Amino acid sequence: MAKVREVEASLVTEAVRGLFFKANVSIGQDVYNALVHARDRLEESPLGRSVLDQVLRNHDLARDGHVPLCQDTGMALVFIDLGQEVLLVGGGLAEAVDSGVEEAYREGFFRKSIVTDPLFDRRNTGTNTPAVLHTRIIPGDRVGLLVAPRGFGGENVSALRVLSPGQGPREVLEFVRDTVEAAGPEPCPPTLVGVGIGGTVEAAAIMAKRATLYPVGRRNPDRRYAELELRTLEVVNALGIGPAGLGGTVTCLDVHMDFAPAHVAGTPVVVNICCHAARHAAVTI
Amino acid sequence: MRHASRLVAPLDDEAVRPLRSGDRVLISGVILTALDEAHRRMTEYARENRALPFDLEGQVLCYLESSPTPPGRVCGPIGPVASGRMDPYTPLLLDLGLKGMIGRGRRSPEVIDSIVKNRALYFGAAGGAAVFLSGCVTRVESVAWPEMGPEAVFRMRVEDFPVVVLVDARGNDLYRDGPARYRGGGSPPSKEGLTGGP
Repeated sequence: MAKVREVEASLVTEAVRGLFFKANVSIGQDVYNALVHARDRLEESPLGRSVLDQVLRNHDLARDGHVPLCQDTGMALVFIDLGQEVLLVGGGLAEAVDSGVEEAYREGFFRKSIVTDPLFDRRNTGTNTPAVLHTRIIPGDRVGLLVAPRGFGGENVSALRVLSPGQGPREVLEFVRDTVEAAGPEPCPPTLVGVGIGGTVEAAAIMAKRATLYPVGRRNPDRRYAELELRTLEVVNALGIGPAGLGGTVTCLDVHMDFAPAHVAGTPVVVNICCHAARHAAVTI
Repeated sequence: MRHASRLVAPLDDEAVRPLRSGDRVLISGVILTALDEAHRRMTEYARENRALPFDLEGQVLCYLESSPTPPGRVCGPIGPVASGRMDPYTPLLLDLGLKGMIGRGRRSPEVIDSIVKNRALYFGAAGGAAVFLSGCVTRVESVAWPEMGPEAVFRMRVEDFPVVVLVDARGNDLYRDGPARYRGGGSPPSKEGLTGGP
C-alpha cells in the first residue's frame, strides 16, 4: 500500500482561520504597489487621485489596527489543492473549513453576510458559513489552501457569454469591455478583471475567479493570451470610468486570462470582476 | 480641482446652492443612516400619513453599512452600499424635506429629477475606505426601529466626513460627465509599475 500522510482536520481549521484573519485586514503587496503607482503616475484625474489616496490610507489603517479594510468582509471562498497521499483524520474537510471561517469571523469582528436560502428564507446563518469550496486532487502529500473573502460589488456585475466557434480574440475583448462599461461605478473601480475562456460554463467561471487572484503584473505564459490581456487592459482603461467611477484613466489595475480546451461547437467566456480590495491569502500544509 | 468645501449637516438651500457635481466636500454635524428595510418603513409611514419618529427636514441620509464594532471603537468599518437599491423610495423622501444622500453608484432618472425639484444633493463616499471613513464618526446612537438590528436608523455625529458631490441641484451627474471627460483620453497605462510584486 502506498504511503499516506495523516493530516489532522484541526490543522485545516487553524490554517483557514489564520488566512481569513490576514486576508480581511491586509491587501497583497502587489495590489498595494499597483494602487500607489496608479495614484502617483497613471491617474490623470485629480479627483481620481484623491480617491486612490483615501484607499491607500485606508489600507494602512486597517493593517496597523487589525480591522477589516472593507465593511463587506464577503462570502468565504476557499480553494483547496488536496494531495492524493493525504489522509484527513479527525473530521470532514468541509466541516474543518467552515469551523475556521466561523472562528475568524467571530473573533475578528467581521461581518456575517450569508443567508440560509437565496429566495424563500433569507435568514442570516450568523457564522458567515458555509464557505464556497473548490477542491482539486493533485499528486503529492501536501494541502494547498487559498482563501478569498469576496464582497459582492464585483460579483453583481460579472457576466457569462458563450461564443460561437467562428468568434475569437476580438469578441473576447469586446465582451470584457462591454461588461466593464455596463458595470460603471458599481464594482468599486479600479478593479481586477479575471477572464475564463473555454471548457464548460462552470469551468470557465472557476477559471475567471482564480484569474482575479493572480498577482498584478503576472502575464499568461502563452504570448498570444498575454498580448490579449494587455490590449484588453488598455481598451478598458480608455473607457474613462476611473477610480470610484468618477472619471479617470485607471479603471482597472490588471486583466488576467486563463484558458482551457473547448468543445468544437462553442467557447464559454466568463468575466469576473473584483473590486480593488482583492483580498486573498494562501498557505501550504 | 477646487479645495474641499466644508458643510454642516443638516443642510439648507443656502448650503446646497453653490455646490456642483465633482466638488469635494467635508461634512461635519449630524447625519442619519437608513438602508432598505428602513426605507420601506419610512414609505409606509408616509403613505399612512403618520409622523416619522425623526424629522427629515434638511437631513442628510446615508446608505452606510458596517462590520461589527470592535472593542474600544465608536463603530466598525463603514462603507456605502449601492444607492440604486433606495431609488424607488427616494423621491417621496425628498418631497418630505430630505436634502442630501450619501452612497455610491448610479441613481435613476426619477431620483435625479426629484433632486433638482427639491434642490438637494447626492454625495458619494468611496468604497473600500471603510476604516478611514469610520475614523470620521465620533458618536453613534439609535434613533428608530431597533428591531431592524444593524439596519435600524442611527444618528451619527461626524467630523470632516469626506464625500464628492455626484449629483447637484441642477441635475449634473458626475457618473455621466466624469467618465465622458476621460473617455479615450488619458495616456495608456505603462507596463512599468504593473510588474510590482512582493
